[in-house]
Amino acid sequence: MTAVVDKTAEGAIPPGDEPTPAPAAPASHLAGTLRRYPLAAFAALVLALIAFGAVFAPLVGTTDPTALNPAARLQGASATHWLGTDHLGRDVWSRLVYGARVSVVVGLAVAALAVVVGLVIGLFTGFIRWLDPIVMRVMDGLMAIPGILLAIALVSVSGASIVTVIAAIVVPEVPRVVRLVRSVVLSVREEPYVEAAVSVGTPLPKLLWRHVLPNCVPPLIVQATYVAASAMLTEAILSFLGAGTPPIVPSWGNMVAEGRLLFQIAPMNLLYPGIALAITILAVNILGDALRDRLDPKLAKRVGQR
Amino acid sequence: MTTHQGDGPVLSIRDLAVALPAGADRRYAVEGVSFDVGPGEIVCVVGESGSGKSVTAFSVMGLLAKGELHAERGQILLEGEDVLKATPERLRDLRGTRMAMIFQEPATALNPVMTIGDQIDEVLQIHTKLSPAERREKVIAIMEAMHLPDPQALYDRYPHQLSGGQRQRVMIAAAMVLDPVILIADEPTTALDVTTQAQILQLIKEMQERRRTGVLFITHDFGVVAEIADKVVVMRYGKVVEQGPAAEIFANPKVAYTRMLIASVPSLEPPTRTAASGEVAVRTRDLVKGYGGKSWLGRATQPSVLAAKDVNLVVRRGETLGVVGESGSGKSTVARCIVRLVDPTSGAIEIAGVDIAGLSTRALTPYRRRVQMVFQDPYRSLNPRRTVGASVMEGPMNFGLPREEALARARRLMSLVGLSPDALDRYPHQFSGGQRQRIAIARALAMEPDVLIADEAVSALDVSVQKQVLELLDQVKREFDLALLFITHDLRVAAQICDRIAVMRRGEVVEEGPTRELFLDPKHEYTRTLLAAAPGRHLGPAVAAE
Repeated sequence: MTAVVDKTAEGAIPPGDEPTPAPAAPASHLAGTLRRYPLAAFAALVLALIAFGAVFAPLVGTTDPTALNPAARLQGASATHWLGTDHLGRDVWSRLVYGARVSVVVGLAVAALAVVVGLVIGLFTGFIRWLDPIVMRVMDGLMAIPGILLAIALVSVSGASIVTVIAAIVVPEVPRVVRLVRSVVLSVREEPYVEAAVSVGTPLPKLLWRHVLPNCVPPLIVQATYVAASAMLTEAILSFLGAGTPPIVPSWGNMVAEGRLLFQIAPMNLLYPGIALAITILAVNILGDALRDRLDPKLAKRVGQR
Repeated sequence: MTTHQGDGPVLSIRDLAVALPAGADRRYAVEGVSFDVGPGEIVCVVGESGSGKSVTAFSVMGLLAKGELHAERGQILLEGEDVLKATPERLRDLRGTRMAMIFQEPATALNPVMTIGDQIDEVLQIHTKLSPAERREKVIAIMEAMHLPDPQALYDRYPHQLSGGQRQRVMIAAAMVLDPVILIADEPTTALDVTTQAQILQLIKEMQERRRTGVLFITHDFGVVAEIADKVVVMRYGKVVEQGPAAEIFANPKVAYTRMLIASVPSLEPPTRTAASGEVAVRTRDLVKGYGGKSWLGRATQPSVLAAKDVNLVVRRGETLGVVGESGSGKSTVARCIVRLVDPTSGAIEIAGVDIAGLSTRALTPYRRRVQMVFQDPYRSLNPRRTVGASVMEGPMNFGLPREEALARARRLMSLVGLSPDALDRYPHQFSGGQRQRIAIARALAMEPDVLIADEAVSALDVSVQKQVLELLDQVKREFDLALLFITHDLRVAAQICDRIAVMRRGEVVEEGPTRELFLDPKHEYTRTLLAAAPGRHLGPAVAAE
C-alpha cells in the first residue's frame, strides 16, 4: 500500500516546475504531542512529580531519612510517619523521597554519559572505515561482559559510591548507543548531500556536526529514555545486592533489600520502594515509546498521525 | 480463457473526478477524465509529475489511498461493469482475473522470500480451483510465453537471482496468467536499462497482439509512447488536455502543451559541433576500481569485481564529454573516483597535470575545489535541515572565504542559475526538483571549479524541466570555460549536449569518439545495440525543431 500512498503525494505536488508544498511543520511541539498521547502526558507528569520530590526532598513532609528511632520501630502509617517506619525506626516516606534522588541522579547521569560517549565514538566509527572493525570488536567485547558482574567487580575495587555505580552502568550501555549511532551514520554517509559536502572540502568534524549528527538525534533521545530506565533498575539491583550506593544513603534498592528481611511482619516496607521503582520505570518507558512514535514519521503515519 | 467478446471498449472511463483531501493545493487529483481502451489496444497516458496519470490508473484498480483520495464523480466501466460501485469482494475478484497491474519497480514489487513460481502460482491459487499439477503447468506456460529462459529451473529461483528485466517479465507473467482483459502498466520500464526496456515493450506489444489484451500504459516518456501507443491521452494538472490516435498526436498536436512535451524530447540526431581545443582539465590513465578485494585483516587480495577497468578519459576545458552506459557499466564509479568519493584501486587521475589518485585526504584538499559534482537525485543532494544558502556557501567558506564574500558569491550564482537571491534563506523542501538541481549547480559553481561532473543530473526530472537544466549546464560550461563530464544512460540527452561520447560496458570503455560520428557511424556492436534500443527513434528533429 505504500506505493499507493506515494502516488497520492505525487498527485498533491503542483505540476511543472513549481515548488513542492512544504511538508507539515514539525507538529507544533510539546503541547500538541502531549494532547495526542494522553498516556505519555500522564507519564511525564508522574516523572515531573518524582523529580520535584527528589529535588525538593526536605520540603515535602520528610524528616531526616537516616535518623534512628528504636522506640518507634515497624510502625504503621500515621500522621507523623506517613508510610510508617522501618525496623530501625526510620521514616519510610522520607527514605522513599530521598531514595528517589539516587534513582533520578543515576538515571539522568547514566543516560547523559552513555549517550555523549556513545555518540562521539559512534560518529567517528561509522565514518572512518578503518576504525570501524577495531572499535566494533572492542564494543562487542564490552557487551559480552554482564553489566551487574562488572559493577560488582568495580565496586569491590574502588568502593561503593554513587560515582562507581554510574561508571559501572555506563560502561556496558555505551556499546548499545555506539551501535545505534553507527547504524544511522552508515546510512546517512551514503546520502548525496553528505557526499556533496565531502566534495566541497568540508573537514570531517564539521561534516559530522553539521550533516550527520542531526540525523542521530531523534533515535538517540528515544534510546536515552530506555538507558535511563534500565540504569535505575540496575542501580536498584546493585543496591539490593549491597554493591551499590553505601548503605547509609537511602536508595530504593537497599530499602527493598532491608524490607525483605522482615517481609512477613511489615510487607509494605518492601512494597513501597518496589512500587515506586516500578512506577518510575514504567513512566520512563511510556515516555520513550511516545517519543519514538512521534520522532519516527513512518511509525507516526502508521498509527494515524501526520 | 476468458478473452473479451465483442468490439466494445474493455475499459471505459467516463468523467472521472477524484477528490484530494481538504487543504491540498487543488480540489481534484483528476477531473473530467474520459477515455476508452479497446480490446488489443495500447493507450498511453502521458504527463509530467503531478498530472494525475497514476491516480487515474490506481482508480481503475480500486487502489486509491483510503481516507485520502476518493472518486467523487464519474464511472469506470470494465466491460460495462462500474468498478467504482463494486464491493471490495467483487473488486478483489476482478483484480487478477479481469484486470491486472504492473508497477515501476520490479525489484520491490516481488516478495523477496518467495520463489518466482510460487508468486505466479499465488494468483492461480486465489482465483481458480485448479489442481497443483494443473497450476504448475499453467505457470510454466505463462513463463514460456513471457520468454523467460528455462522456466522449469526458474520456477524455484528467488527474485534476487534474476535480472531487472527478468523480474519485470515475472511481474507481467503474474499479471497475465489469468488472461485479464486489461493490463495497467504504471511506468513499467522507467527503472530499466534501454536495451531491457526495448525487450519489455516488445513483450507488451506481443501480448496485446496475441491475446487481445487492452493495455493502459502510464508513462512520462514520449519516446516510449512513440514506440508502442495506438492512442495517446495527454494529461496535465489532473485534466486531459488532448487525446487521439498516436499517429495524429505526433504528426499534428493541437494543444501547445502537447507540442511542448514532444519538442522537449531531445532528438537522437546530434548537431554538428566543433572540437574543443582548450587545455586538458582532467585525464584518467588506466583507472581501475575493484570491489570486495580485502580480507578480514585488511590484506589486499585480488578484487573480485572490477567496476572500472583501465579507463582512459580526457576532458578539455570548454568541452563536454558524455559517458554513456547502462546500469552496472561503471560510469558512475569513474565519476566518483575522479571526485575522490571513492578511492581508485590503481591508475592515475590527473587534475591540472597532478595525479590525485593517491593523495591523502589532507593533500587532496586544494584539488577538491577544482572538481565539483552535481548529483542525480535533487531531493537528496541538499541537506534538508539546512538553508539553501548554507549549502551553497559551505564550500567557499571551507576554503577560507569570509562569510560576506561567500554570501555575495552565492547571491550572484543564484541569479545566474535563474533563481532569486532571496531564496537563499529558504529550505530545500520549498523548491521543486528542477529548482533544487539549479541550486546544486550553484553550489558546485561556488567552488569556481575547472571540472564539473554531472552524474545523471537530469534523469530524475520531467522532460520540460530537463530541457531547461540541460540548457543551464551548457550555458555555465561556456561561461566558465568548464570541462563538463556528463554521465548519463540517456542517449537522447547525450546526443544533444555532448561534444564527445565514451560508451561504457561492464567497466570498460568500448567506444569513444565525437558525438556525431559515434551516432551516425557506430563502430562497436554494443553502441549499435544501444542506439537501436532507444525508444521512439523516429521521433526525429522534424518534430523537435518546432
